[in-house]
Amino acid sequence: MAESFLYFTELLNLPVYDLKHRRIGRVRDAALVPLVHQSRVDRFLVGAGSSWLSVRYDQISAIGLSGIQLSDEKLFPYHSDEYMLRINRDLLDQQIIDVNGRKVVRVNDVTFELQRVPGFEQPFDQIYIKEVDIGLRSILRRLLQGAVPRKMIRRLQQPVAPNSIPWDFCNIVEADPQRRLRLNISHDKLELMHPADLAEIVEELGPAEREAIFETIDSEVAAEALSEMDSKTQASILESLEPEVAADIVEEMSPDEAADALGELEEETSQEILEEMEQEDKTEVSELLEFEEDTAGGLMNTEYMSLPDTATVADAMVMLRENEELLENLNLILLVDADGRLTGAVHLARLFLAAGETLLKSLAQDPLISAPVDMPQERVTELFDKYNIFTLPIVDKQRVLSGVITADDIISVLRQK
Amino acid sequence: MAHLLKRFRYHIAIFFAVIGPGFITAVVDNDSGGIVTYSQAGARWGYLPLWTLLPITVVLIITQEMCSRMGAVTEKGLSDLIREEYGLRVTFVMMTLLVLANLTNIMAEFAGIASSLELFHVSRYISVPICAFAVWFLAVKGNYRSVEKVFLFACVVYVTYVISGFLVKPDWKEAAIYTVKPVLMLDASYINMLIGMVGTTIAPWMQFYLQAAVVEKGVTAKEYAESRIEVIVGCLMTSVIAFFIIVACAGAIWAVHPRDINDGKEAALGLKPFGEYAVLLFAAGLFNASIFAASVLPLSTAYSVCEGMGFESGVNKTFREAPVFYWLYTLLIGVSAGVILMPNFPLFKMILWSQVLNGILLPFVLIFMILLINNKRLMNEWTNSRAANAIAWLTVVVMIGLTLALVATSIKGMGNAAG
Repeated sequence: MAESFLYFTELLNLPVYDLKHRRIGRVRDAALVPLVHQSRVDRFLVGAGSSWLSVRYDQISAIGLSGIQLSDEKLFPYHSDEYMLRINRDLLDQQIIDVNGRKVVRVNDVTFELQRVPGFEQPFDQIYIKEVDIGLRSILRRLLQGAVPRKMIRRLQQPVAPNSIPWDFCNIVEADPQRRLRLNISHDKLELMHPADLAEIVEELGPAEREAIFETIDSEVAAEALSEMDSKTQASILESLEPEVAADIVEEMSPDEAADALGELEEETSQEILEEMEQEDKTEVSELLEFEEDTAGGLMNTEYMSLPDTATVADAMVMLRENEELLENLNLILLVDADGRLTGAVHLARLFLAAGETLLKSLAQDPLISAPVDMPQERVTELFDKYNIFTLPIVDKQRVLSGVITADDIISVLRQK
Repeated sequence: MAHLLKRFRYHIAIFFAVIGPGFITAVVDNDSGGIVTYSQAGARWGYLPLWTLLPITVVLIITQEMCSRMGAVTEKGLSDLIREEYGLRVTFVMMTLLVLANLTNIMAEFAGIASSLELFHVSRYISVPICAFAVWFLAVKGNYRSVEKVFLFACVVYVTYVISGFLVKPDWKEAAIYTVKPVLMLDASYINMLIGMVGTTIAPWMQFYLQAAVVEKGVTAKEYAESRIEVIVGCLMTSVIAFFIIVACAGAIWAVHPRDINDGKEAALGLKPFGEYAVLLFAAGLFNASIFAASVLPLSTAYSVCEGMGFESGVNKTFREAPVFYWLYTLLIGVSAGVILMPNFPLFKMILWSQVLNGILLPFVLIFMILLINNKRLMNEWTNSRAANAIAWLTVVVMIGLTLALVATSIKGMGNAAG
């Protein structure tokens, strides 16, 4: 055959001939055995009479549009094999994730690459999955398949632009963990995506697939992706996971987001998840859970840095070095007295201009802007607008520092309206 | 006790969170075609047809409940599920029929807009283009949540029918009796009317729309109990409104002189002896119903088709990202609105065609729904109970019978219209 490719729609129903060139049946499906090879078609399932035969790739000498020629006579009847990824049954018409294009797509057809391999006695043909076809061209093939000769379909489809995804970028989502192992399906590729893209993709999938992804990917990536979703979706995902898995993910989220997500759940479920969390995260999150959702307390998080108001710039530098993980979103250092009451706030940038022995107190912003935990979120938003601030310290009734609200929390609030 | 109260509050909160899809579907069901059918039934047969509303409500609840359950459990649309379970060819045929049927449905909606606003002395050459653009703009540029709020508000406008029902002072005793007393007559036009009532109340597009809306709303299997209540309340509302339309036309037109009416405008004008308000309220209701359905149908069609065929879809995507979706959506509106403005367009014939297409499609949709909802792999413990299946299959058989009859009479009607 001159062409070096073959579509699955063409492979389907292709006649299969034995050594004496008698037709023994037609191709009903083809399967990969991913544990052996990720893209080679390993088995051809051939319908012969009322039963199916299983033909291994090395029992074939030639594959072409006019049929498949076998090189071996010892064929076995097909019985369901758990290690097979069957193209017709498991891939066609199903949704897969295009990791590169960052979207969920539906498989219309599959393009194989045809390779002639030099064998021990004579060369033989093998096919490998090259790409998964989506879009109009493959729809046309599916509609005409069987009704119009294969060669004619190839000609008819010419004017329509192809639309395909390389097999390497395809991620199959398998909900059943056992099958996932047997078929060697991993969701590693998903971890390379931006969490926001991953979040969008996951929202398009059904609950079982969603659960499968969140159970298998790294909990840090899962937490980041989860943070990008609205709290209702977060809740439905957390609910569907085992409490231990959910707890691992929630621990990786920032405490305020974790509290928001858990707040959406029924109390029983959120308690179960909290039970599974490590003590430190658990206390922080359960404290935040106490506050009403639409008040300063409900918005704030506990990722801030505070020092006694007797501390110097040098002390602050030491503390910054010790808490590198906080640096990314930090722009205020908060000062508290011996009882933990908020007394001042210093802009991070000020530290660079001051000598090491300078008292932090002398650099504090004036006036000190803070808000009580029960302030309604509308008022909080107004404060951010009025004073053009990025971080707002939140205090309880005794003026003890309880947390901070940052500008990104406010943006989420505004976007929800 | 406090715990119980808290649980109760939680369920109430969920009920309000899931409200929307069921109400909207049920109410859009009383679209321009529905109103004409009910008005015609009341004007020609008085209170006699009222008894059909009870069985229609039961069937409506059963089909709608199945859709919303499938949406909540699988979180996939009906066209998605058909594609995944039955392949591309079946989906393609169903989607082609759905587009054709819905196109004619949308034409009927724009006809409803034109004739209702003409009662307010607005020319159709002004009203139809403006409404078409507004409908297009609302979905493309608005966001789903605000669109849904507009829709939910529009549901309230249906109260106008209840008021016009009271304004014409119908014979409530008669109405009450015939609501529960079935009357069967071997009269061709009476049977025709019955078929029409069922046909307009249970349409294929509703199943696709409701399931998609439940998925879009993010209702989960856990919140399903609340969603079911919403669907049932919505279905009851549909029937209550239908009841008042029939009663209004029975009291105003049939009581004076039983006759046939052909469009909503005629029905509204029939209310004239009972004051200008009765007419205006009826017309306002017709306009609301038509523009409501005209907003929902094109969008729902574009979504179903694109999801089933695997094209990018969604109003949050750009034109370049989802070209098929936007083209289909725009064409459905453009063609339907354009057709209404064409002089001498055989609209009446098109509406008959739409009934035929709906009729051909509906049994398939219902059968696929029953097969899908009994698929353990998809539905887990949420498959139909044996009793629900029995009723559902019975519904299918009755619907197929009625539909065949409807198709037959519609084709006959087309022959007559042509002759």
